[in-house]
Amino acid sequence: MRIYLDHNATTPMDPLVADRVAQAMREVWGNASSVHYFGQQAKAALDEARGAVAALLGADPSEIVFTCGGTESDNIAIRGAADALEPTGRKHLITTAIEHEAVLNTMKALGRRGWRVTTLPVDASGIVSPDRLREAITDDTALVSVMHANNEIGTMQPVAELAAIAHEHGALVHTDAVQTAGKVPVDVRALGVDLLSIAGHKFYGPKGTGALWIRRGVRLVPPMTGGKQERNRRAGTENVPALAGLGVAADVAGRKLAAEGARLAALRDRLEAGVLAGVAGAERNGAAGPRVPNTSNISIERVESESLLIGLDLAGIAVSSGSACSSGTLEPSHVLKAMGLPHVRTLGSIRFSLGASNTDAEIDRVIETLPPLVEKLRSLTTVGGRK
Amino acid sequence: MRIVVAMSGGVDSSVAAALLAEQGHDVIGVSMQLYPSTRDGDNAVARSGQATRADDDGTQRWGTCCTIDDLYDARRVAATLGIPHYIVNFESQFGEHVVSNFVREYVAGRTPIPCSHCNSDLKFAELLDRATAYDAEQLATGHYARIERDADGRYHLHRGADTSKDQTYFLFSLTQAQLARAAFPVGHLDKNTVRAHAHRLNLRVASKPDSQEICFVPDGDYAAFVERQAPEATRGGTVISAEGRVLGTHGGVHRFTIGQRKGLGLSSSEPLYVLAIKPDTAQVVVGPRDALGRTHLTASEVNWVSGAAALDWRTVSAQIRHRHDAAPARVRATGDGRAEVEFDAPQTAVTPGQAVVFYDGDELLGGGWID
Repeated sequence: MRIYLDHNATTPMDPLVADRVAQAMREVWGNASSVHYFGQQAKAALDEARGAVAALLGADPSEIVFTCGGTESDNIAIRGAADALEPTGRKHLITTAIEHEAVLNTMKALGRRGWRVTTLPVDASGIVSPDRLREAITDDTALVSVMHANNEIGTMQPVAELAAIAHEHGALVHTDAVQTAGKVPVDVRALGVDLLSIAGHKFYGPKGTGALWIRRGVRLVPPMTGGKQERNRRAGTENVPALAGLGVAADVAGRKLAAEGARLAALRDRLEAGVLAGVAGAERNGAAGPRVPNTSNISIERVESESLLIGLDLAGIAVSSGSACSSGTLEPSHVLKAMGLPHVRTLGSIRFSLGASNTDAEIDRVIETLPPLVEKLRSLTTVGGRK
Repeated sequence: MRIVVAMSGGVDSSVAAALLAEQGHDVIGVSMQLYPSTRDGDNAVARSGQATRADDDGTQRWGTCCTIDDLYDARRVAATLGIPHYIVNFESQFGEHVVSNFVREYVAGRTPIPCSHCNSDLKFAELLDRATAYDAEQLATGHYARIERDADGRYHLHRGADTSKDQTYFLFSLTQAQLARAAFPVGHLDKNTVRAHAHRLNLRVASKPDSQEICFVPDGDYAAFVERQAPEATRGGTVISAEGRVLGTHGGVHRFTIGQRKGLGLSSSEPLYVLAIKPDTAQVVVGPRDALGRTHLTASEVNWVSGAAALDWRTVSAQIRHRHDAAPARVRATGDGRAEVEFDAPQTAVTPGQAVVFYDGDELLGGGWID
């Protein structure tokens, strides 16, 4: 049996979600903008989903804009805010060094268009200090974007505190909550932000679905032009069946949140303790807490993550090194680099991210499998005798 | 048995993987990523098959083989075969073992063979290590070559059954330890049969053209590549006759190979060829074609594949280029991993940096680098 420990990359659809998507694909095929019966069916499905997503986030349904995922939500938030605020003369953006590429590369793109972009550092535990934001922010700052929890190491940022600082200077605040929605309670009011991104496939919803929460009163200039869907904030005919599935996923996640979070935290802690005890030269990356309950990032000395990943996969254990989006390169993780980890420690990092399917027995198997694999990788010498 | 197949995305290694899988082996496809695929921090993906160029951030992008498209071909073939497939990133190892050697050799006035280094220092070294780590007994490639094991347990390397596709020339430096773990599943087939297998199995690469140029210099302009890689090491010099008369100037010894006629920039009543390259003085010596013939050469880093060095003169056929008909010769080891070769008849363009490889019939006895 294969063991899946890469839930931060994506999750399988919950069977209830898959059923809803399949049913809606057959039956709810109308265009949600249409006046007639078929359109009304589609609109009703969207409304239901919007309500569920809003409930998961403590938001009002009218504030939820459906998108095709986290990357699109981030782009609408950041580009939309930048374009809306450009006429005010604010020309400064702030983000952090450990953001997902959806944020980092969007900021870079705006930087090339003349925006001044400040990238806040993180400390060795992977957390942004409010002091760094206080130093960087000015009354010129248009937007501060800080992720809620990091996808690679799971650490949670003090978003509420950062948001309060940003608001003192009149800046908007966006948070990428892709790795927290459905894993820990996310309440947009408690966070005090203005914009918040989520992605359906990270919490057992369909791929190609996401949402951007836009606090009422916040004006964005949507980067994509087209029809008036989603209250003029996201053009294009809505993918109703998938979004109906997103609604179910949000509903299920909300109901399971507390119990599942505690269960995963216990499993994760046992896995982490087992690996750290069983593998010489293994160290956890990032603070033990605050952290999403399912994530553990561990560096293992004198092995390369690529070899480790393949070895584990051949043993039926699916993990990743850092972000799935950066596979195919040997560039050390920008997150671990930003934390100031020595280069050698960034090379052998693996991320375990747990989820609904994982059991105690699976964790035992990982704890048993890893140490001998690491030893074997470390013992290799080139057959040609060149090394 | 578990076998790792080095899949380049070409038809030969694809069929190698397919045949092993059909035989019921536990096959794992692995493709080596040898060049950067994307620019840091941006979404600009390198277009494959493109002329070598430096991007505005200074990174180089190369490739006609093992490009991202080729890796995707390999991945899709693996999916068709239902075998696992991994892309391993060997950019730094490739740069270290293959590209830097290539550049160094050209700058030194020699004409290198990167494929040999890729085989002995990368595939049957680093990649074989990975195979070991994954409990694979063998590493298979799509080379046209055959391995035979004798009664004493020694491994012998023979030309591929399709002699027009034979690749043993590039494998001369494999050791017994490497051969013990190597498998060449298409070595006993001819190319048409390999393509027929690919068609039979509906592999998307069945009609894909063979790769021709050196993979990391897709436009074939080695000189420009060397200049980009080592701008500080290239300098102009003079073209001289065998008697030392200056006939012209040139842009660097790395632009020449022994026997070259084109690109000398000389006007002369008779065709002139590069006879010798003198990197220390940046001189290129030219002369008539009949001055290109040589019967004697020495070689270093000689590998005697099946163990026994020829201490006394041994009659062989010796090959001095991939596209050279092996010619009757005698060879003997002269100590320190060196050997000398005496051809029965003069051979045209004995080129330092190329390999001289000795055969007895179709068995590759050994080979080394021409001094």
